[in-house]
Amino acid sequence: MHMADALISPVVGGTMWVATAGVAAYSIKKIQKDLDEKKIPLMGVVAAFVFAAQMINFTIPGTGSSGHIGGGLLLAILLGPYAGFLAMASILTIQALFFADGGLLALGCNIFNLGFFTCFIAYPLIYKPIIARGYNLKRIVAASLFAAIAGLQLGAFSVVLQTLFSGKTELPFGTFVLLMQPIHLAIGLVEGLIIAAVVSFIWKERPEILEKAALGKKLGSLSIQRVLTVLALAAVLTGGVLSWFASANPDGLEWSVFKTAGVEELESSGGIYQTLSGIQNKIALLPDYDFKASGDEGAAAAGEGDEASWPVVSGGTSLSGLVGSVLTLAVAVLIGFAVKFFKGKKPNFTS
Amino acid sequence: MSNMINTMFDLRLLDDLACKDTVVHRLHPLVKLLTTVIYLIVVVSFDKYEVAGLLPFLFFPVLIINLAELPLVPLVKRMLPAAPLVLGIGILNPVFDHQVFAVGGLTLSMGWITFISVCLKCLLTVFAALLLIATTGMNNLAAALRMLRIPKLFVLQLLLTYRYISVLLEEVSLIWRAYSLRAPGQKGINWKVWGPLIGQLILRTFDRAQRVYQAMCLRGFTGEYNTGSQKRLTLWDLAYLAGWSLFFTLARIYNIPELTGSLLTGVI
Repeated sequence: MHMADALISPVVGGTMWVATAGVAAYSIKKIQKDLDEKKIPLMGVVAAFVFAAQMINFTIPGTGSSGHIGGGLLLAILLGPYAGFLAMASILTIQALFFADGGLLALGCNIFNLGFFTCFIAYPLIYKPIIARGYNLKRIVAASLFAAIAGLQLGAFSVVLQTLFSGKTELPFGTFVLLMQPIHLAIGLVEGLIIAAVVSFIWKERPEILEKAALGKKLGSLSIQRVLTVLALAAVLTGGVLSWFASANPDGLEWSVFKTAGVEELESSGGIYQTLSGIQNKIALLPDYDFKASGDEGAAAAGEGDEASWPVVSGGTSLSGLVGSVLTLAVAVLIGFAVKFFKGKKPNFTS
Repeated sequence: MSNMINTMFDLRLLDDLACKDTVVHRLHPLVKLLTTVIYLIVVVSFDKYEVAGLLPFLFFPVLIINLAELPLVPLVKRMLPAAPLVLGIGILNPVFDHQVFAVGGLTLSMGWITFISVCLKCLLTVFAALLLIATTGMNNLAAALRMLRIPKLFVLQLLLTYRYISVLLEEVSLIWRAYSLRAPGQKGINWKVWGPLIGQLILRTFDRAQRVYQAMCLRGFTGEYNTGSQKRLTLWDLAYLAGWSLFFTLARIYNIPELTGSLLTGVI
């Protein structure tokens, strides 16, 4: 469910960064209030554990396939929502930097989708109320299942909205939602069962771990409402300001935000792509109102801009575009060789 | 199993690369971080039909790779995880887009243009992030984050996570190996041991965190994050940032390949 940089617009990326930074700042403030220094290494080491544990495949009984843990909910259960959110944020940051998983611009989206909904919605509003009357196997299973499913459903829906607002999806909203939600229902079910198994084991062996996480952080004053209000305001404000900026400066950096379109992000498993392409093929037979419209829009957008881009190319400009592109590539390669040449020479001069 | 080994290898490779001492490595980490962010925003802001205009942005990774003396092949391999997603989605564009264009008598779907554009954007954005970490390293990047006033609690936490990922990866791979030797031919962990297997690891992780904290206390940890030497911004650093920003802006406003192309074809 990681969004990629290539599939996102600057306004959506920026807005989600602000929202995520807001939640992170709030979490840090909360942790600092009852600062328990011990918690810092604990957060780091447990986050590293979740990172590593994500690579374990769990066989799903009765099917040939396997699933793995997502992390956000488990972190909230083990560390509490605030520390859990920060731990999830650092996992996603490292994945973006080292493993090309998601991207730096899309990091705000990813932290929000995978961290916020699990730690600040699913955990306090679903998991905790069910568990509140005391731990037993039934409650653990119910709480983990519902919380995992809800967290993933919200996250998946958020992915749909973010791609929609990025203007990059060629899929109609309804189709995209119908694709994303059922897939994540299945994923959430598996994750919920794994978490239930893990939590019930820890509850038997070392119940104090779970109690500490749950008791240490009081969500009693319903501060969550404040977070949500502040967040919503911040998102609307920055979104509004940024897009106003975009339209106010059409010939500056010319953020062609709402005109751009690439494609949507989805799970990378083969089955989904097959379904997706199947549905798309069906859609392609219908009068392609949407696609034509978006294409025309692209052409119009390009026409407005200073640069003549592909949709309005005439034979002449396309030739010069090709020649120039080949030249640019050649120069890029040449720069590489030139640097190597000079670098190679340097030691000879000095030694 | 293989993905765990690959992950460990990735981390160590990027760590090693970050330890080099070249012109790029010596730059102030904050400058490198800001340059990368500006680069990403500019690249992503391009229209979906843009291909030629994106090409000048290849200069940035090409120059950095060479100046920083980074090996090309391992870095390209690091990009592969991002490729299937973007390729898989992008390849559907030609199916979707029913507009056509003609090049030399050949009629093609406009979808191919958007496909190439998305691939190019993916290449550029992924490279930018990898180059940032390969020339800066996690510790310096953390120092840059502190300069940007990111709270030390988060930065410290990020560094600890990073430090312990390799430790826990080794632990997980040991568990995984032990399990697969006792239960051969299985695709994953059987549901009966889901709880105990991960649960045991969590218990050990909590004990480890306790030991880490005690060790930190014995070495004088007071909740402060000390980076050692603090680099200072030099004129050269600022020139680097300003130079690239200027280039990115120009390349965003003017379609450089098309301009040079029309100049050339006009002359011929």
